[in-house]
Amino acid sequence: MRTGLLYFILFFVYVLVQVLLLKNIVLFNVAFCFLYIAFILLLPVEISAVMMMLIGFTIGFTIDIFYSSMGLHAFASVITAFLRNYWLKLITPQGGYDVGATPTLSEYGAGWFLVYFIPLVFIHLTVLFFIEASGFSMAGYTLLKIISSVMFTALIIFLLQSMIPKRR
Amino acid sequence: MERLFRFIFEYRAFFTFLFLEILCAWMIIENNQYQSTTYFNSSNKVAASILNFSQGVSEYVSLRTINRELSAENALLRTELERKAATPPITAGESIDSSAVSRYEYVSAKVVSNSTEFYKNYITIDKGRLDGIMPGMAAIGTEGAVGKVKSVSDHFAVLISLLNTSDMVSSMITRTGHFGTAQWDGRNPRLINLRYIPRHALPVVGDTVVTSGYNAVFPQGVRVGVIKRCTLSEEAIFWDIELELAEDFGKLSFLEIIKSNLKHEQDSIQNITIGNNR
Repeated sequence: MRTGLLYFILFFVYVLVQVLLLKNIVLFNVAFCFLYIAFILLLPVEISAVMMMLIGFTIGFTIDIFYSSMGLHAFASVITAFLRNYWLKLITPQGGYDVGATPTLSEYGAGWFLVYFIPLVFIHLTVLFFIEASGFSMAGYTLLKIISSVMFTALIIFLLQSMIPKRR
Repeated sequence: MERLFRFIFEYRAFFTFLFLEILCAWMIIENNQYQSTTYFNSSNKVAASILNFSQGVSEYVSLRTINRELSAENALLRTELERKAATPPITAGESIDSSAVSRYEYVSAKVVSNSTEFYKNYITIDKGRLDGIMPGMAAIGTEGAVGKVKSVSDHFAVLISLLNTSDMVSSMITRTGHFGTAQWDGRNPRLINLRYIPRHALPVVGDTVVTSGYNAVFPQGVRVGVIKRCTLSEEAIFWDIELELAEDFGKLSFLEIIKSNLKHEQDSIQNITIGNNR
């Protein structure tokens, strides 16, 4: 119950940071930072796929309201949330996950964490930008946006994660 | 029946996935329609208030520039007013053109949220239905055309920015009088393309492009931009023209919504004569 409340508060923190701060920070007109993806990725491992998708939909939809982009972030978030659990299963570290574990840098190390979150961020942003471009007519420029945004977003998530001290 | 339920339950993750994605896809398609009446966008009261707060902070920083621009515009309008007053009054026997009398009304609004980096950019403003804003109205900034109203709530409205790849504005090169369509290509927020200017026209760099007034959204003669580059390839039917936008969307903080009092009349007469195929 306590963790539930914690994530409830975290939800609003992520949304507010995204729409008040990061919405205004776009580097070179192409590099976006969608930090809210981290909220989906850092949820406890044991959460079921259905619950993951509902949470993903909720945060995506909330972000959409602020970006006036109905359904766009929600669509990408549901995909990310859906794939997350399969991906977690595929890259299970030796000894498996502990009960109540979260897939974070402090618990499983930098190497594992990079393998875990970069592909998911990449998929999320690829889906997002190609739908936003409504097609492949601007593929080159869209790809530039995707790659620079993945780098920017991943860098911020990684920095924030490495600031959290090791628990054990 | 029981088997069916068990099947659905077994693959509940996949079905939830399918259901949510179809829902999202439907919302995306709905939102891409011009003049949709969505409630869940940044014209939503809570969202707009939060964005308004955020904008207030950044606006405070750029207050000096905003003041300078507004006072410059004031001076310009005052000069215009003086000139109008200096012209002799209409003499008897000459009737006032009915279409020119209060054809357009202006409502000033503050930008609450704006973006220039996406392919489909939207602008949120702090005026809505209660201020007489309706979908389809035009928005102009201090320098030129900005966009048109997409959806409204009671106190806020969302505009489709000119920097939206699905927005098209009927435009005209003032010097030659040729008509074309201004449409953004999604890259540089300072440049916009002007399409469908025929081969025989002779645009040159530096020509001013204004709205044509053909679609009744914008009044005629609102500045869109200045031609920055124009090329004509060997077999092309149309010129390849790039305009430097008059309005700097990165600095947009105040704008005016234009209420066209005769829009309905123009639309309905066009529909009667040429059919509803615009």
